[in-house]
Amino acid sequence: MAHAARPLKRPLWTPGVLVMLVFMFAGALAIIARFTGGIGYVTNLTNARPWGIWVGIDVATGVALAAGGFTTAALAHIFGRHYYEPVTRPALLTAVLGYTFVVIGLLVDIGRSWAIWKPMFYWNFNSVLFEVAMCVMIYLTVLYIEFLPIVAEQFKGRVNLPGILSGLNRLVDGFLQTADRILGKVMWVFIILGVVLSCMHQSSLGSLMLVAPTKLHPLWYTPILPLMFLTSAIAVGYPMVVFETTLATASFKLDSEVKILAPLTKITIFLLGFYLVLKIGDMGVRGTWIYLLDGTYQTNSFVAELLFGVMVPWIMLLFKSVRQSARGVFTAAALIVGGVVLNRINVFIVGYRSPLSENGYFPAPSEILVTLGLIATLMFIYRVVVTYLPVLQAPKEVSS
Amino acid sequence: MQITRRHFFRVMGVAGASVAVRPPAGHAWQSKAPPDPYGCLVDLTRCVGCRKCEEACAEVNCLPEPERVNCQCTIFEKDRRPDHDAYTVVNRYYTGKVDEFDKPVPTFAKVQCMHCQDPACVSACIVGALTKDETGTVRYDVTKCIGCRYCMVACPFEIPAYEYHDPITPKVMKCTFCYDRISKQGGVPGCATICPTEAITFGRRDTLLEVAKQRLKNNPARYLPHIYGEKEVGGTSWMYLSGVPFEQVNLPALPETPSPKLSETVQHSLFTYLWSPILLFGVLGGLMAWFNKNDNPPDKGGV
Repeated sequence: MAHAARPLKRPLWTPGVLVMLVFMFAGALAIIARFTGGIGYVTNLTNARPWGIWVGIDVATGVALAAGGFTTAALAHIFGRHYYEPVTRPALLTAVLGYTFVVIGLLVDIGRSWAIWKPMFYWNFNSVLFEVAMCVMIYLTVLYIEFLPIVAEQFKGRVNLPGILSGLNRLVDGFLQTADRILGKVMWVFIILGVVLSCMHQSSLGSLMLVAPTKLHPLWYTPILPLMFLTSAIAVGYPMVVFETTLATASFKLDSEVKILAPLTKITIFLLGFYLVLKIGDMGVRGTWIYLLDGTYQTNSFVAELLFGVMVPWIMLLFKSVRQSARGVFTAAALIVGGVVLNRINVFIVGYRSPLSENGYFPAPSEILVTLGLIATLMFIYRVVVTYLPVLQAPKEVSS
Repeated sequence: MQITRRHFFRVMGVAGASVAVRPPAGHAWQSKAPPDPYGCLVDLTRCVGCRKCEEACAEVNCLPEPERVNCQCTIFEKDRRPDHDAYTVVNRYYTGKVDEFDKPVPTFAKVQCMHCQDPACVSACIVGALTKDETGTVRYDVTKCIGCRYCMVACPFEIPAYEYHDPITPKVMKCTFCYDRISKQGGVPGCATICPTEAITFGRRDTLLEVAKQRLKNNPARYLPHIYGEKEVGGTSWMYLSGVPFEQVNLPALPETPSPKLSETVQHSLFTYLWSPILLFGVLGGLMAWFNKNDNPPDKGGV
């Protein structure tokens, strides 16, 4: 094979990376401020508005956009479509990093970060959040286990730690060898487990708001909200892979993987179409279409989500000419990703109504800096990992 | 042959999935409300807005002294909510009611945790730091709390407040129903003890409902024929009588269904005994074996 997953071995400190570092630094300052002055010092959260963008974007959107990991794993490994294997590694890396930053985002958001281990010992089976937390915790572990063979592939037999750590070389190598051998035999368990856990918590994220029927705008509050979250997560999985691999291959000037990805868009037509039917059917059954033209910012946000995030890309993908053009596929994928991002923001922020107080909330600058800083850090680590580990497809002669 | 077998497995998968959607024949959702809780009946037609209850509350619960304790005029110019410094506040509302000289008559309304019979916060709390006690109290155990603030998201009355300016050990702050007092024989909450106009009556919830109905019957012109909290979100331990519409005094119109009913029904019908994840694991395992049977062992890692 001319192409295989290889470390890119490109120079790391590009201008783009330096921009990321600026955001990371600003985010770090905001996080320091949060842990010295309190959540109230850096955010616009109030008693009436307890969840802001740290939950709506860092956690809820982060989880949704990491769905590429389990959807590609299901396709390539469970349904045996080995043709798609080249995209499973970048999707897995996105999921590993995505979920890691979900947890870091949670650590910043919850008031008692040091107590984050407590749900492991104090169980409330009635709490949707408890189930989400358990699933995310186990799934993150599963993701690291799934990623371990990639590390082993690169360093097995040539572990060479610097300086004082070199005494551990043999130990680390032994661990990698053993892990690789055992995992090769049992990896199927973790692959299936990853899909099951994803289905559980992707849907349960939607169940989170069911406990507050009077506080979420009726356009979003529906008993099938968990089904909608699951469907949209599955539907956004492949578009997210298209979106990020296109960005990555363009950024590294690698061969475009759109050839591999193009057939995925046909599956997306079906998945996104199902989501669209659910959205419209739900509006019809519950009669919430009466809100559609009332002109409030909430309704407009719903219309934007449905129109530009679901309908437009779905119609685009129906055309063969769009599906066969790299630009067309990327545009449709970006719209779908944007639609799911907006949906999660709508459910947790825009559609949230404080029943008694002023409803206004807009994130504080430092609140936004934390979110941007976390995203920049995620992208930076992605870049570091693909530089040194075999994740992306690269022709051999490129490595220098 | 190949196609029909593959088809067969697909049908099996779909069948499995459709079974998965149907909840097992389990128990329907049941209220977990305590059988004979305490409660308080607040009669807004009696309240004169002296704010003694705020003062008593602060003293019993070791909170800072209320803002402008002896002021009964300018303090009412802003609409206040309970916060991390005050478990209860009294607000003044002009609802259009006038006396015989056409002077507007104010209505004062005390607000605090309603101690719901089936509290959304208790159902939501990730670690069970919030519990509904036999006395009717919704209690908060800070030693379990992780500060996720899901209780605040869940509460239909917008009650739990947060110590947003404590960076490391913030707490959720809300009315304790003076648990340490009412859990002892003859104990009465601070606010109910001090109220000079007997606007706050403490007692067993069932008894209070009788009292409220008696007042409505004896003086129908004075009240709206509605006991707020009798049925709202499945019933609350604190209940209100009023001569003006409840929405006008910041007591929101709420459905009679307990808030946690839907989310708990969804969670338990899907995850009791983890039956649906286990079934899904089995179905996916079968599909994986089927689709990969002609291949080499699925992979040597690297997923």
